[in-house]
Amino acid sequence: MSQSERFPPSRYGQAERHMAESLVELERRILSEEETEECDCKEGMFNGLTRRGLLAGGLALSGAAISGGRARAEAPPGAIEYPVQPDSTKEQGRIILDDGGYGSRSQFENEVRWRYPTASLDSSWSMTPLAAGHGIITPSGLHFERHHGGIPAIDPRTHALILHGMVDQPIRFTMDDLKRLPAVSRMHFIECSGNGLTEWVQPTLKTVQGTHGLTSTSEWTGVRLSTVLEMAGIQDGAAWILAEGADAAVMTRSVPIDKAMDDAILAYAQNGEALRPEQGYPLRLLLPGYEGNTHIKWLRRLEVSDKPFMTREETSKYTDLMPDGSARQFSLEMDAKSVITFPSGAMKLPRAGYYEITGLAWSGRGAISSVEVSADGGETWHEAELEGPILPMCHTRFRLPWTWTGEEAVLQSRAVDDTGYIQPTLQELVEVRGTKSVYHLNAIQSWHIAASGEVTNVHA
Amino acid sequence: MSMRNFTIVAALAALSQPVFGQEQASERTVAALPEALADTGEMAPPPVPQSSATEIEDIAPEQLVFGIGRPATEEEIAAIDIDAMPDGRGLPEGSGTYAEGEELYTDFCSACHGEELEGISELGAPGLIGGRGSLASDSPVRTVESYWPYSSTLFDYVYRAMPMDTPGSLTADQVYAISAYILGRAGITSDAPDTVLDAQSMAAIQMPNADGFVSDPRDGNANQ
Repeated sequence: MSQSERFPPSRYGQAERHMAESLVELERRILSEEETEECDCKEGMFNGLTRRGLLAGGLALSGAAISGGRARAEAPPGAIEYPVQPDSTKEQGRIILDDGGYGSRSQFENEVRWRYPTASLDSSWSMTPLAAGHGIITPSGLHFERHHGGIPAIDPRTHALILHGMVDQPIRFTMDDLKRLPAVSRMHFIECSGNGLTEWVQPTLKTVQGTHGLTSTSEWTGVRLSTVLEMAGIQDGAAWILAEGADAAVMTRSVPIDKAMDDAILAYAQNGEALRPEQGYPLRLLLPGYEGNTHIKWLRRLEVSDKPFMTREETSKYTDLMPDGSARQFSLEMDAKSVITFPSGAMKLPRAGYYEITGLAWSGRGAISSVEVSADGGETWHEAELEGPILPMCHTRFRLPWTWTGEEAVLQSRAVDDTGYIQPTLQELVEVRGTKSVYHLNAIQSWHIAASGEVTNVHA
Repeated sequence: MSMRNFTIVAALAALSQPVFGQEQASERTVAALPEALADTGEMAPPPVPQSSATEIEDIAPEQLVFGIGRPATEEEIAAIDIDAMPDGRGLPEGSGTYAEGEELYTDFCSACHGEELEGISELGAPGLIGGRGSLASDSPVRTVESYWPYSSTLFDYVYRAMPMDTPGSLTADQVYAISAYILGRAGITSDAPDTVLDAQSMAAIQMPNADGFVSDPRDGNANQ
C-alpha cells in the first residue's frame, strides 16, 4: 500500500503525513534489526520488544550521554550496569546506597518511551510501552510526553503562579505557598487526543506502544484549583479560565470554569514524588478526563475571563474537521476506550494453550463499568474481570483467561463506562466523523492471531 | 559519605547535560543533598514551605482564608499577561505595515514557512496561506487563511511562541507588521505596502472561516 493511500490528504496535512511516514519508516528499520529470541516465558512472547524499544527510544533521541565507563554505557536508561555474580549466595552483594540514595531499575529491564519522529526535536511526543506495564500505574519515567516547545528546566524557588482576571483579588503563589494549602492525591489517566492518529485509514503501527501509547496513569498530588479560585473570589460572569505554561511555546488552553471548580488539580507531585521535568515540574494543571494538551505543564498563569481565549491550540490545532467542512471545537472529554495489551502486536504466542488476556480500559466521563472481550472479531463477547481499584477517569485493568486452540483468531476489547457509553467500532466512528478528523480515535482495536502465533494489528 | 554522594550527583548531572545546543552550557544549579542530623546522622526532613505572604495584615481574611500567597501586583501581572482575545482585549499598543512585515517575514519566518508562505513539511512548519474554500472538499488545506477563525490568534501565537529559535523575541510592532504581511498575502487585508495593522484594525478583521466552528456535540452517547 502506498503512503498516499495510507495517509490520504483528506485527513493528513502535509506536515502530519510527513510525521506519520517517518514513524512507519523508523519502526520498519527497528523491526528489521531485531534478533528474535523465542521462549515459552511471557517475556519471550514479547519477541524482543524490549530491545526494540530501547533502540527506538534511546538512540533516536540522542547519541545518549555516555561518558562514564563502558560498562555503565551499556546499562539501559534508568539502570546501572553491575557485574552479575556467578552465585549470588556465595558472596556479599553490593553495598547500600551505591546508587546515591535514589534507586535505579534492574539492568535487565529496558522498556523505554518511544519518540514519535516529528520533524522538529522541540515539538514531539513519546509513547508509553503499554505492553510491558503491570497493574494500572505508569512509572513516572515511562509516562508519555507531548511537548510543544521542548522541556524547560525551571527552578522551583523562583517559579510562581499568578491568578488574575475576573477575580476580586489577584494572587501570586510560590511553590511553597501551594504546598502549604490543603492537598489531594488522586489517580487519573492522561490521554493525548492524538492517541491512535495513524490508525484511522489502515492498521499502521505494529505495537500497542505505537497504536495506544499516548495514555498513562499516575497518582497526582496537589491543590484543588477550586481552592485557589475561592481564595481569589470569582466575579459574576466568569465562564472560562486561561491556563498558561512557562515553556518556549508558552502553551495556552481555555478551560470551562465549571471544570476548574469541579475536579481540576494544580499538581506538584506524581506517584509520590515531585513531578518529572517532562511532566511539568514544578507545577502542572490536571483536568481529569480532558484531552492531554489541556493539562498545561510548567503552569505559570491562570486568567479568569467571561469568554474563551481562542488560542492557537484550540482553534487551528486540537479541533476536529467534519465531513461538511465545519470543525468541532473544545472537544475536551476523552470518550471510553480500551485495548488488549497482552497478547498484542508484534508478539508471538509459542503454542496453543492457556493465556491470560489482559489490557486497560478508561473513560474521560467516569468509571469503567464493564469490559467485554471477543476472540472471534466481535461475533461473540465475554465479560472480562475488572481488577480494582476501579476509579473514575483512571486506567482500569481487565483480565480474561483464554485457551487458544491454535487456529486464527481476532482479539478485541470493548469498554462500557458508567454513563452507559459503549466503545464504538472504527466503522461507526468514521460514519459520523468522516475522513478528515485526526483526534479522538477511541475505536475498538483488533489484534489478529495467526496459526503461527504471530500477533498483528488489523482492522476487523 | 556526603562528599561521595555529591560526586555521584554531580556525575549524574553531567551525564544529563543536553546533547544538543551546547552553547548554553554554562550555569547549572544542582539540588543539594539533605543535611544529616548531628545526633544520629539521619537525613534532615524537607524544609517547611515558606509562605510568600509576609505582611499578613494586608490580606483580607475573607479572601485569603489561609493567609497563603500574596496579592499579585499590577506590574507582575502585566509582565506575563500577553494573551490577545478575539474582541481585541489584550492586544498591545503598537502598529506595523505590510511592507515592514514583508522584510521581517524574510528575516524571521521564511526559513521554516517558505518564501511563498507555503510551509515546509520536512521542518514541521505548516503553510500559512491558501486553501480557502477547501475544508468541505476531499483535500482540505488548513492554513491561517482557510481555517483560523480569529486574527487575534495569529497575533497571540506569533507574539508568544515565534520564531521557533528565539520565541517571544519579537516586539508588538514587529508582530503587527508580520500579521499585516501574512493576512495581506492571504487576501484578507490589503496587500498595499502601507497597509497598517494595530490593535483596533486587528480586532476588526473578519476571518474567512470565522463561522466554521461548532461546539462539541459529543455527550457520551454512542456514535458521535
